[in-house]
Amino acid sequence: MSTPIKLELGGAASGSLRRMQNRMFLCLTGAAALTLLVPLFGILGYLVTRGIGAINLDFFISLPKPVGETGGGVANAIVGSLMVIVMAGAAAIPCGVLASVYICEFAPGSRFSSIIRFVCDMLNSTPSIILGIFAYGMVVLRMGHFSALAGAFALFVMMTPVVVRATEEILRTVPNSIREASVGLGGTRWQTVWHVVLPAARSGIVTGVFLALARVGGETAPLLFTAFGNQFWNLDPRQPINTLPVQIYKFATSPYADWHRQAWAAALLLVIMIAVISSTVRALTARR
Amino acid sequence: MTDQSKISAQDLSIFYGANRAVKNVSMEIRENRVTALIGPSGCGKSTFLRALNRMNDIIPSVRAEGRVFLDGQDIYAPRVDVIDVRRRVGMVFQKSNPFPKSIFENVAYGLRINGVRSRKVIEQQVEKSLRGAALWDEVKDRLQTSALAMSGGQQQRLCIARALAIEPEVLLMDEPASALDPIATQKIEELIHDLKRDYTIVIVTHNMQQAARVSDFTGFFLMGELIEVDETGTIFTKPTRKQTEDYITGRFG
Repeated sequence: MSTPIKLELGGAASGSLRRMQNRMFLCLTGAAALTLLVPLFGILGYLVTRGIGAINLDFFISLPKPVGETGGGVANAIVGSLMVIVMAGAAAIPCGVLASVYICEFAPGSRFSSIIRFVCDMLNSTPSIILGIFAYGMVVLRMGHFSALAGAFALFVMMTPVVVRATEEILRTVPNSIREASVGLGGTRWQTVWHVVLPAARSGIVTGVFLALARVGGETAPLLFTAFGNQFWNLDPRQPINTLPVQIYKFATSPYADWHRQAWAAALLLVIMIAVISSTVRALTARR
Repeated sequence: MTDQSKISAQDLSIFYGANRAVKNVSMEIRENRVTALIGPSGCGKSTFLRALNRMNDIIPSVRAEGRVFLDGQDIYAPRVDVIDVRRRVGMVFQKSNPFPKSIFENVAYGLRINGVRSRKVIEQQVEKSLRGAALWDEVKDRLQTSALAMSGGQQQRLCIARALAIEPEVLLMDEPASALDPIATQKIEELIHDLKRDYTIVIVTHNMQQAARVSDFTGFFLMGELIEVDETGTIFTKPTRKQTEDYITGRFG
């Protein structure tokens, strides 16, 4: 017969030590979370205090004024940014989602699919200025001049792999059992994707797509020598076009105080636009 | 045994990569009868079942060798339309897997993807299938509500209704009641009994009492091999093989 082992659980010393350890990590993790908030609110606060003064109706409806004249606005940059983003998105969203459907649904586990995945990761970690140079070589040099199209192309190259990877993450969360159900009823792969998988993944894909849009919407580097910028109105995609990030860059790197104020205001506007997009998407998809 | 053979598997082997999960199985599935496949976990019975409508095709690493005849036609022959095979041989899965759609749309799905457009035909067929799955009275007033709001037992009967809607000839059931409570299980079993008038049924089950209750024929699988197949009464009272007897008497497995 063996002697029963006496368990000594919850001794006073170990108890207080564990509680102290717990409290320590509560403080440590909380402090890390706070650290994250500091730059975020710092940026917002700074943008608001510096930029709010230059925001007025004129800022939204006027063109940038030449040096020496006060006032003026970034209306052409707002419209230009939207145009470039819409063009890039119109190509990148279908391309990204369809490519993702291919690698997740039609050929999962194939060699080609894993190559695509690898290429997407490579592109995602490529500095955006390099994508800008690539678009410069591919589009600007061929056309002979800067254009909104070239800018949209650069953003398209940047956005597609983001959409592919985001969509892929969502498609993975769709349970395999409902794919089997559809295939078991005589559905083709495409019918299964179209009628079952994509509807089940819709809200997640929409979220991913808009976050990708918001991300490329703030890019400056790929646009610097593609869309280039323009002090005037332009709605022709074959011509250079003004965009918010590039306008901010030009304002901010100028030596003029008045332009600096406009840079703050434009930056504030850009951040607000991106925040509105992100939170709208969140609100819309959270209800489902 | 004068019953006509509906499906005939001949020397069928199925591989997961290099691992052979089903080994040279030959078996007749008889028309308008319930055939139960029993055996311990991992014995290959589910894999064999899924081979009967080529569901294994959608798993990239799976490969089949041998032949499976459906009404005399080899479904693994090169030019066979696998979509057509699955339309004729329906499947109900272990875990109920309704689409995140309404009850109505779940049942209508198979019709829609197979090209049925007429609303009237679809409505009639949905009602007929739900009645066939003994579910109509419970759901007729809420056909447009989400299928995901149903109870587990109802969901499984919905999946049966969904399979019935395209009027298959054979119904494969992979442990259809293993996740259900005894009352829901009883309903499924009664349903199987009713369905065999119109369908040929193959059911995989872990529950030997269930196999004894619902089936006419029983096949016993062990380590990928079909050890013995016979009328259910024979298998459970005087099996020929020692392994079968050991399994059904609970000595292993």
